[in-house]
This record gives sequence, C-alpha cells and structure tokens, in this order.
Amino acid sequence: MQDQQFIAAIANEADGQVEAADPLKTLRPTQSAGASSTIAHIAYVLKSNPVTLVSFGLFFLMVLAAVLGPYIVPYDPLASNSAATLQPPSWAHWFGTDQLGRDVFSRIVIATRLDLFIATSAVALSFVIGSILGSLAGYFGGWFDTISGRVIDTIMAFPLFVLAMGIVAALGNTVENIIYATAIINIPFYARVARGEVNIRRNAGFVHAARLSGNNDLRVLALHIFPNALPPMMVQISLNLGWAILNAAGLSFIGLGVRPPTPEWGIMVAEGAQFIVSGEWWLAFFPGICLMLAVLTFNLMGDGLRDMVDPAQRT
Amino acid sequence: MSNPVDIDETHRPALVRVDQLGVSFATRNGVVEAVSNVSFEVANGETLGIVGESGSGKSVTSYALMRILDRAGRISAGQMTYSSIDLVNASEREMRDLRGREISMIFQNPRMALNPIRRVGDQISDVLTQHAQAIGAEARAKSIELLKTVKIRDAEARYNAYPFELSGGMCQRVVIALALACRPRLLIADEPTTGLDVTTQKTVMELIVELTRARGMSTILITHDLGLAASYCDRIIVMKDGEIVEANKTDALFASPKHPYTRNLIRATPRLDSRIRDLLPEDLAIAALPKRDTQLQATSPILEVTSLIKTFSPTDTRRPGWLSNLIGDNPAVRSDAQRAVDNISFSIPAGGSVGLVGESGCGKSTTSSIIMRLLEPTSGSVKLSGVELTGVPMKSFARSAYRAQLQMVFQDPTDSLNPRFTARRVIEDPIRMLGSDEDRKSITSRVDEVAERVSLPIDLLNRFPHQLSGGQKARVGIARAIALSPKLLILDEPTAALDVSVQAVVLNLLHDLRTDLGMSYLFVSHDLNVVRLLCDDVLVMQAGRIVEQGSADEVLASPQSSYTQTLIDAIPHPPPLYAA
Repeated sequence: MQDQQFIAAIANEADGQVEAADPLKTLRPTQSAGASSTIAHIAYVLKSNPVTLVSFGLFFLMVLAAVLGPYIVPYDPLASNSAATLQPPSWAHWFGTDQLGRDVFSRIVIATRLDLFIATSAVALSFVIGSILGSLAGYFGGWFDTISGRVIDTIMAFPLFVLAMGIVAALGNTVENIIYATAIINIPFYARVARGEVNIRRNAGFVHAARLSGNNDLRVLALHIFPNALPPMMVQISLNLGWAILNAAGLSFIGLGVRPPTPEWGIMVAEGAQFIVSGEWWLAFFPGICLMLAVLTFNLMGDGLRDMVDPAQRT
Repeated sequence: MSNPVDIDETHRPALVRVDQLGVSFATRNGVVEAVSNVSFEVANGETLGIVGESGSGKSVTSYALMRILDRAGRISAGQMTYSSIDLVNASEREMRDLRGREISMIFQNPRMALNPIRRVGDQISDVLTQHAQAIGAEARAKSIELLKTVKIRDAEARYNAYPFELSGGMCQRVVIALALACRPRLLIADEPTTGLDVTTQKTVMELIVELTRARGMSTILITHDLGLAASYCDRIIVMKDGEIVEANKTDALFASPKHPYTRNLIRATPRLDSRIRDLLPEDLAIAALPKRDTQLQATSPILEVTSLIKTFSPTDTRRPGWLSNLIGDNPAVRSDAQRAVDNISFSIPAGGSVGLVGESGCGKSTTSSIIMRLLEPTSGSVKLSGVELTGVPMKSFARSAYRAQLQMVFQDPTDSLNPRFTARRVIEDPIRMLGSDEDRKSITSRVDEVAERVSLPIDLLNRFPHQLSGGQKARVGIARAIALSPKLLILDEPTAALDVSVQAVVLNLLHDLRTDLGMSYLFVSHDLNVVRLLCDDVLVMQAGRIVEQGSADEVLASPQSSYTQTLIDAIPHPPPLYAA
C-alpha cells in the first residue's frame, strides 16, 4: 500500500508539472458545481472530438426514429400492396418495397424501436448484474470471488452466440428471452471490468478515509468505490450496445427470436437475402446498412461517454 | 527577470550551455509556457542543482535538454548546446546516440525506470550493447563490474535478480549503474532520492557524488529539497513558475539570498534548530507561539497502547492447498511468521502530541492502522480514554461512538480524496455519517466553518480534487479529519507529498489546530526533523520495536540508540540560516 501511495505521489508530482504549468486553471473563476458545469463539460467533449459529435448525432437520429417512428413513417409497415411488389428505390418508396409490397423505409424506421429496446434493456440488465457481481467479488474477494470468477469463466468458455441461441431455443421464441440471452452472455464483461476497477481501489486512501468517516462496507463500495469504476464501464456499455443489436439481429436472422411479420433489421436482412441473387439488392442492403451504422455509432460513442462521466476530464 | 549572474570564476569550459530556453505545452486552455527564458551553463566536472517546487519547470527543463518532452510539449525558444552539438536542432537519430552514451538520466521512481520483467543485469547489458560498447559475455562481465561499482553486494548473483526482488535503494543503485554504463559526461538526476528513506537517500547521494567525481562527470541535480541540493551541489539555480529567480554558488546563495522567493524557500526548509514558526515567510504576521503546557503529563493519557503485537503470517495470504497437504509439502508451515509490530507500548497524554518515527517497513503504518481500527492486532490492547477499543469488532466499529473521536490525516492528499467527490462532499461525509443531529441539520454552515478553520476558501469547496493544488487538497483532508472534533488525530506523513513551502504552512496549521481544538496527535513520519517541529515526544521505531523514546528535543540532542543517531546523521543539513 505504501508503494501504491508512493507511486500515486510520484504520478501526482509528474502531473503537477503540466497541471501547475497551467496558470489559466487557477485563474479561472470557480465553476459552480451542478447542471451548468456538467452541460458545459459535455459540450466541451462534443466540441473537442468531431467523431464523438457525429456519433452522438447519429444516436440522436436513432432515438428520434424509435420514439417518433409510427408518427412519421409514410406507409404502414405491415400493409402489403400486391400492386407494388419488389419495386426498386424511388421517390415514392425511398428504399424500395419487398416481396409483399411493403415499404422498406417504413419498416426500417419502425424496427429501430424494437432493436434499440432489445439492446438497451439487455445491456442495462447485464450492466446491473455484472456490476454487482464484479464489485462484490473485487471488494470482498474470498470464496465469492472464486466462485463468481469460475462461473464467469465458464460462460466465457462457450461461443457466446451459440450460447445465446441455446438459451432462446430452450426458453422460447420471445422478445424477453432474446433480452435475457443477450444479457447473460454480456454479464462476464461487466463483471470483469467492475471487479478489476474495484479491486485496485480497495485499499486507496480515500477508501480508508471513507471507513473512518463511519461508512460501512456496502456504503464504501456503492458510494465511494463503484462510481470511480464508471468511466471504463461506459466504454463497455457503448461497445456492448452495438454487440447487443448485432446479437439480436443475428438471432432473428437465423429464425430465433423476433418473428415475421414484425419489422426487425435482422429478419429483414434474412428475408431480403434470398432476393439478392435475382437483383433486388435493396431488401437486404438498407436494413444491413442501418445495422452497420447503429453498431458503428455505439462503438464511436464509447470514448465520448467515458470523458463525460469522468470528472477528472474537467478543468 | 532571469538573467543569472555569471559568477563562474573558475573558467572551466562549459559542457552544457542553455540560452533563453522556452518550452510550451499545448493544453485544453491553449498554449501554456511551462519554461521561459531559462539560461544556465554546466561546467566540466561541476554539480549544478536546480531547485524548485512542483510546477516550477525544473523537470521540464531537463526533459527539454534530453529532448524527451511528451507530445504536447515543444521547445519554443532558445539555444541548447552540449559540447558544441546543437541539441535543439539535432535529429532524433543523433539524440538517440547522445542519450545514454553522452548524457544520461536518473529518474524519480527507480521501480518505474526498470523493466519489471527483465533481469537487472540484462538491462545494463542492453545499454552496453545498444551503444556498441560490448556484447555477449563481455557485456555481462562489464555489467557485473558496474553493479560492483554501485556497491551492490554479491553482484554476480544480483545480475539475475528481477527489480521486484530488490529494495527501493537497491533499485536506484541499479538505475545509477545503468546511467553510468556508457561513461557519459553529463548525468541528470531528477529527484533521485524522493521516496527513499533518509538513510538510503544519504548512501545513494554519496554514491552518485563519489562516482561522478571519480569520472570527472558533470551532474545536474534536480530536486525540491534545498537541504539536499546544498549538501551536494557546487552551484544552485532556484526556479519558480518556469523562470530562474536566482542562481548562485551554494554558499553565497545561502549566505545572501537575493530573491524573496529564495529566502522563503530557505526558511521553509526545516533545519535542526528551527522552530515551527521559523518556516513561514518573513512577511507573514506571526502569532506568538503559545507556551507549552507543562502540566500535560499529569492528566490521564488519551491513548494507551500496551504490548501490541501484529503478526503477518504467510498463512493468511497463502493457505496450503489440498495438493500440498496431500504430498506433505506445506510451504506455510516452513516459512516463519513476520512480526510487523513487536510488542510495543506507549501512551499519548491528553492534548499532547507524539511522533512515531522510523523508516519504511518498520511497522509504523501498521501501528497506526491498528489504532485506527483498520487492522486487527494479533494481541495487545489499545485504550482510548481508558476504554478498550480492540473489544469492538472491526465491522461494527464503523458506527461506534469512538469512531468520531479517532480520525486520521492521510499521507497522500491526492490518493485520500475520492476523485468523484467535490471538496464539500468530502468534508460532509463524516458529519453526515457520524455527526450529531444538530450538526446534520446545519451541515452547510458546519462545513463552511471547518473549511474556514483550515483556511480553505469557501469558493473552492465546489471543486473536484484534481482542480485543487496539493496544499489545498491537504487542507481538505485535514478539514475532513477535524470535522467531528476528534480527540485523537493520527497524522500519517501528512506533508510527505507536499512542497516545502506548503509543508511549512500545513505544519503551522496543524500546530494551531491542536492548540485551538485541544486535540492530541500521533504524528507518523520517517522524517525526524519534521516530527520534532510538531511533537513534544518522539518514539523511534525499528523493525517493529520501539528503540528509543523521550522528549523530542532530548532525543535529537543526545540520541541514546545508535539507530536514532544514524537517522539524525542522514538528514541533509542546509547551511546555517542567513542573517536576517
């Protein structure tokens, strides 16, 4: 522990060079903590990194499509029209129509809500469960750490997609089960990150100080240590959202999970795939592009999210 | 501002010449000048000290000289030459050749400077091979020779040691061996002894001086410790905010410091005869030191520690597995238990302050953790105002009534503040958890009051730790500890990570708080000289035992144990205070 403190001291000293060499920092008026400084900080993160800005813009579009989808789409996503089957993209049908004459654009927009819902709820579940397991294991160690660690190793030993397939096949073909399956295969990532981040701070000075202030172990863990693990967890969340969407689409693609005629990106790609050979590329192409953009968005958002939740990034 | 008076009368040819150097860093708030207008020369065989507090630009200057600034940094102005080689415009390839062969550097933390997964001998051989000095068996032989030069005993065996197998002092010797491997002509030592014990510091510094003298090398010693620089340097440059404020020969600098900053720095460096108020800048209004209350000893002790023992048995961490039990090879049985604290007893009078001094690993931190109830003792008793504390289980002690009476100020102000809490929330925490209902109702005003007591400006309370300076962070830590008006405060090297001038202010603050609030202190430190300033009594600890105890002045004036004598001798002494 002495060593850790020492290294921290050294690191501090090294920081001091740049930090103290920054006279503006001390001259600036005090930022009043609270909403305004948080917003200013988020604005700074977005402004300083254009990639983050783009990814947040795309994310905003996706959320907009998910919320407003049913009110803005030009056609009913389920209404077939035998007069206009397999039409190529046109002004009337931006992304063309499918074999039943349904408007691909409308179906894609409507599908956003379902795909986002599956991804966010699965990630939220695995974040909560993984964080609790990992934090407890990292803080208390001992038999709980050993057992949870081995269980996690066991989950990781399966090819994750196959495991998800098995879970959905066993539990039944419903949206909830896709969420549970996606959550279970993602728990290990959160548990491991949380365990590591909690473990390295278990003996930090501020943790001892919190104990001296009368906090019991659970309070120390939940209020003092865990929030410090958030920045790397945010990166994990963002990457995981992308995986979760891919995972849900993948399950639907192979016929597990969401069933037609419900619009969902994975099913649409699956259904469209058979028409690619005959030249009707737009059926699979547009949902595929959406899937790719969604995953890309979440991957790019990670860094920005981390910087936003990390107070040390503020000046 | 900084036109150093050239007082080098010896006319030794200059090895290094730095002229009007400026270094700037690109930061979030625009370009910041970290160093500006710095000029100095280092003559052949001379030892130059660059002294300054954190942020003074002393390390940046040396990094610029080696051209190892990080990406955000840029040499924005000036000339640097090393024996007629232009260092500013030299190509990266030329610089690579110079580094290690002509100019080498010793870094702050020896453990971080060594590759943890390579044998130390191989790391020295690498440097020799890199600069085409020797290869293969010859490199090995030369490396062993170097290890012997830096006085590592049993050098052949140590060649195969990994850094983690060596102590901090030994690691620093290996780093010195690395730096000297190619017989460079200039050695830059950047805080070479920070983090080492005083006795180790002394041996390491003497080794550096001895070796560089023998080889006729020039040395630039970068340090925050004026006492250290005074003991080993021919000339000293004092830097502040990226500029040179004063440059002079060591004796002359101490005899007649010209710049007020230098004066304050000299004052703030504790010496054997200085009192706590002497450390503060001259112009600060100094309240008279209250007379020491000699009646203290008569009152009942606030803390009584009797025959305290803490054993760290290897079995605690490495339980024998079923396999080793089965085959009868039980490592836990064979290895001996280590006694970190070996049967110590002492007491602290109410309102008194006692220093616990010793080098790293002597058990002083273990002792303070046990008293704090952060660690369970193996046996022994700890009584706070006559009440046995070891009887309360550690788990329920968090909410015990005694928790509030027993608080601590931690060693590293950065490490001990939660990076996600604002200063206000840090100070609030103990009040919220352990304070009286009354305190909790008026928590905002209570925090303001405590902050005022430690002279922390109220508007800083909404900042996060990384937005505060080291001294401000230390104040937050002290404010948190005194928020509940504890009876006993344990100070675990509270100033070890601070600059001397900040240390001076913090020590005085602590001194005043004790008088005002009637607290008792247990001051844990490795620095006898600092302990003396704040404490009435001292306990000297070595290898888990108390080897000497008595009043601070007596112990320093006439130490009874040889270990205490060694500790005192190792403290670097700045020349006597200039005539004010």
